Amino acid sequence: MSQVSIRKIVKSYEGDVQAVKGIDLEIEDHEFVVLVGPSGCGKSTTLRMIAGLEEITSGEIWIGGEVVNDVPPRDRDIAMVFQNYALYPHMSVFENMAFGLKLRKFSKDEIKRRVDEAATMLDIKMLLDRKPKALSGGQRQRVAMGRAIVRNPKVFLFDEPLSNLDAKLRVQMRTEIKKVHQLVPTTTVYVTHDQVEAMTLADRVVVMNHGVIEQVGAPQELYHNPQTRFVAGFIGSPAMNFLPCRLEEAAGALRIRLSDKLAFPVPENRTARYRPHVGKSSLVLGLRPEHITETKRHPEPGQHDFDMMIDVVEPMGMETLVYFTIQGVEASGRVNPNAGAVAMQSMTLRADLNNMHLIDDTTGKVL
Amino acid sequence: MTSTATMAGAPPRKKVGSLERQNRWALRGSYAALSVFVVIFLVPPFYMIMTSLKSSAEISAQQGNPWIARDPTLENFAYLVSNDQFQRYFFNSVWVTALVVILSMTIAILAAFSLSRMGFKGSQVISTGVFLTYLVPPSLLFIPLFQIVGSLGLINNTWVLVLLFPTLAVPFCTWIMIGYFSSIPRELDEAALIDGASYPQILLKIFIPVALPGIIAATIFAFTVGWGAFLYPLAYLYSADQAVLTVGIVRELIRGDVFAWGTIMAACVMGAAPPIIIYTFLMDYYVAGLTAGATKG
Repeated sequence: MSQVSIRKIVKSYEGDVQAVKGIDLEIEDHEFVVLVGPSGCGKSTTLRMIAGLEEITSGEIWIGGEVVNDVPPRDRDIAMVFQNYALYPHMSVFENMAFGLKLRKFSKDEIKRRVDEAATMLDIKMLLDRKPKALSGGQRQRVAMGRAIVRNPKVFLFDEPLSNLDAKLRVQMRTEIKKVHQLVPTTTVYVTHDQVEAMTLADRVVVMNHGVIEQVGAPQELYHNPQTRFVAGFIGSPAMNFLPCRLEEAAGALRIRLSDKLAFPVPENRTARYRPHVGKSSLVLGLRPEHITETKRHPEPGQHDFDMMIDVVEPMGMETLVYFTIQGVEASGRVNPNAGAVAMQSMTLRADLNNMHLIDDTTGKVL
Repeated sequence: MTSTATMAGAPPRKKVGSLERQNRWALRGSYAALSVFVVIFLVPPFYMIMTSLKSSAEISAQQGNPWIARDPTLENFAYLVSNDQFQRYFFNSVWVTALVVILSMTIAILAAFSLSRMGFKGSQVISTGVFLTYLVPPSLLFIPLFQIVGSLGLINNTWVLVLLFPTLAVPFCTWIMIGYFSSIPRELDEAALIDGASYPQILLKIFIPVALPGIIAATIFAFTVGWGAFLYPLAYLYSADQAVLTVGIVRELIRGDVFAWGTIMAACVMGAAPPIIIYTFLMDYYVAGLTAGATKG
């Protein structure tokens, strides 16, 4: 069993800077959890505390049912893959992968069997005699993963492993990591600042900001039901539109007013939820670009058409991004490439309010 | 064709030409300056080698071109090789230097590893302090050291050099090693820690192999200190059986005002040979970088 549990851990540095401010997290056996957030949010520090590379100021970390606060890294039965690979430059690929096993006094046959097995899985068998400097970035990353796999540890830790690769290779290695996890379902904690990586890899995503956990959930859950403005804005690309708005009530129905001319009726199933916030001054409408599209057929309930002057058009191939301004705030929509979007011309767009989020900007909470 | 000709027309070509010309002049300047240095630095050794090949008669005759040995002979070398005292000086220099190198490098590597990696309180201050001690000239230290050495009863004992030379070599070697160890990415020791290595294992299996060029550089320095030092052996050793090569040559081959120039120069050639040989062999290692490929390059 190899659950990881993090209980109220705090990391503070000299001068009272708190990098991690008392977070709790339970990671199940075999689970793939991704810690994601902007730089400086404490995600790497948290990972390094799990690894034992960073002292814990307070709180407890449990791995496989044991408190490991005072256990040195080598006795925690973990393996870590680093951003810059951290391969031993003077050793061949085989020696790099075998190093941890040799130190643990495995027999030669067992070492060879394990390295061969991992090398086959990662498709690096033909590289075993090479030195790291003779490998490409992607190959180095595979070796780094191989070094982790051969140990067959309780927990895999990944610290931004794909950040040094170019875009194409990153996507390829992402799939590779997912495949490896399906073959070897070891409990995994993975740190990244890339929300796409987080969404695609994770069983559960942990969004961190300023040393606290903003939200934990399955990728789809975070995407559709963000609990804070930060999560709403961080997950999804292009980012969610945030438009300052007012909530009006007229004849029992609610309206979201964005400007004097532009207002949308609130879908009926949300009326009761939003009613207490009528008249508040700091409300923000959150609507993802994919929920602002071109008009098609008749609008369904909750969908509303509006005319907008398009500022910029970005054709992406399978879709086209359109940018426009509402009350001085830039917003974007995703339209069909054939919808005829032209910059500096008016276009009729359709907002799907069924997927809207209403955010109280003073607390940052999604209502 | 025409378009190419126009493309490579007069103005751009002229520009390229002037750049090349500048480069050529810079190159000529460098060669001129380097030639001056080569002459200044190579004339004394050349004269040393030439004189070592002359017989005493030829030297005292003072005839002909003094830069060329008319009748080259190895009699000076033969005399030295069979000379008991010279053998003793040479042997003393060898074992003193070997011990100094081993001792200095052991201390320097351990010190540099702990200063650059263990991150204890005050390690920064100590690193700077180590370097500052190197800035104190040895000639200022030899009088106070004389008292210390005297109280230890080591005056006129070759072992005194094994004790004193590391004080000259260790600070600089430590400084070189701190530089090299600091250039090793921290993830490398963290990976090794997670792989199950202890600190001594990290030092032996990761740091020493990776920092080999630095270790060789520091070793060459320690060797030079041990082999070439003159002041301390002159000050602390006075009897012939305890002397090392540098002092022995001067003390034993100059008797009163009789200078056995041929023998002196032959002794100098033989004394200079080991460092030259070592430099020649280790220069490649010295220059080669081993860290390439450790992390993203």
